Amino acid sequence: MAKSDVKLIGAWPSPFVLRAQIALNLKSVEYEFLEEALGSKSELLLKSNPVHKKMPVLLHHDKPICESLIIVEYIQEVWASSGPSILPSDPYERAIARFWAAYVDEKWFPAMKGILGAQDDEARKAAVAQVAEGLALLEEAFQKISKGKSFFGGDHIGYLDIAFGGFLGWLRVIEGMGGIKLLNETETPGLLKWADDFAAHPAVKDVLPDTEKLAEFSKVVIAKLRAAAAAPAK
Amino acid sequence: MAEVKLFRTWSSPFALRIVWALKFKDVPYDTIFEDLANKSPSLLQYNPVHKKVPVLVHNGKSVSESFVILEYIEETWKHNPFLSEDPYDRATARFWAKFGDEKVLPSILEAFMSEGKEQEEGIVKAKENLKYLEEELKGKKFFGGERIGFADIALGWLADYEGVFQEVTSIKLIAEDEFPLLSEWKRTFADAPIIKENWPPRDKLVTKFQGYREANLLKKLGT
Repeated sequence: MAKSDVKLIGAWPSPFVLRAQIALNLKSVEYEFLEEALGSKSELLLKSNPVHKKMPVLLHHDKPICESLIIVEYIQEVWASSGPSILPSDPYERAIARFWAAYVDEKWFPAMKGILGAQDDEARKAAVAQVAEGLALLEEAFQKISKGKSFFGGDHIGYLDIAFGGFLGWLRVIEGMGGIKLLNETETPGLLKWADDFAAHPAVKDVLPDTEKLAEFSKVVIAKLRAAAAAPAK
Repeated sequence: MAEVKLFRTWSSPFALRIVWALKFKDVPYDTIFEDLANKSPSLLQYNPVHKKVPVLVHNGKSVSESFVILEYIEETWKHNPFLSEDPYDRATARFWAKFGDEKVLPSILEAFMSEGKEQEEGIVKAKENLKYLEEELKGKKFFGGERIGFADIALGWLADYEGVFQEVTSIKLIAEDEFPLLSEWKRTFADAPIIKENWPPRDKLVTKFQGYREANLLKKLGT
């Protein structure tokens, strides 16, 4: 397959773009990465995702696929015969993976954003507590789902590893900011080890953003989140 | 024999999706109606994380979150599929289902729960979202093409609940001239055999949503 058949519109700091990159790497798909300039949206992005105007967008033979987890499922379905399956074969196990991925997106990620956008220490503490609560649930899920193996997907990185792992860089930035160990030996021993294994995986290590670089970039994100929160009420 | 249980409320549009899906696939199941003000120990046991409906229990194992349940049903009972075999079409169906829950539903609810200028602005936003659905229906009978599919099941609440909102607020969101395709889809979908038989009673829905609206408006006055 020619490289230009598969393009990914994205940007290096985005945890959602990272999900798509990892999935493509797992399937050994050659693709062209179309890096968006931060702070502006390209014509191609606006044309390919007119509804949300967001990245990532996967372009396959010029047809756009949007929404990171939908992209991951698409990648698995198109390149099913390449590499290990991203989703388990059993429908119940697939449901568990999808359930927790939805949890990460709908409950856990907003709490993470809450830490970054917190206006004061009290708000930050509350958000950190929420994130920690979520991690406790995910630790329990990891223990059950991994069945003693390295990843949520077992021996191989799977859908839930990708969904959650996309946020690993940001998790580390937040730990650095607050001097807190959200992943630690006492509360999340499984996830602590998982994080290292995930970060070291060949499909991940070259695309996981450098924590220091991300920390520098986070200042822009924090400013934006705080400005949005402080915007005058209608 | 496989045992299937569905925990739901009589009015939840999310649970209704699962009723439709199970009936399309001819899967026999038992219904457990929940009172969300007084959740059963079973519900809390089967969905400890969210404590919400719908929850599907199949051979004692529980699945929560309506889209996750729909995919589970599709993969477990493979006849009468509601997702295409083509990956691009599947991605498209999933996209519109997600759009429905993340944009269409909240924007309609916001317009429904407000009044005055806030409501006017809410209606504009809701219609912007509906316009995308209108465009997606070009050349198609259903979002799934010739047959009801995943996106139709996900968006299907619109075909009846929009009427509920109109009865409570007198506002018609999906007017024939503005949204001809969506209007036609509403009629065709609402009239499909399984769908038609399973709408919750209209008068009860109107009363319930009227209650929500009034409670919400009161709350707003208090802030």
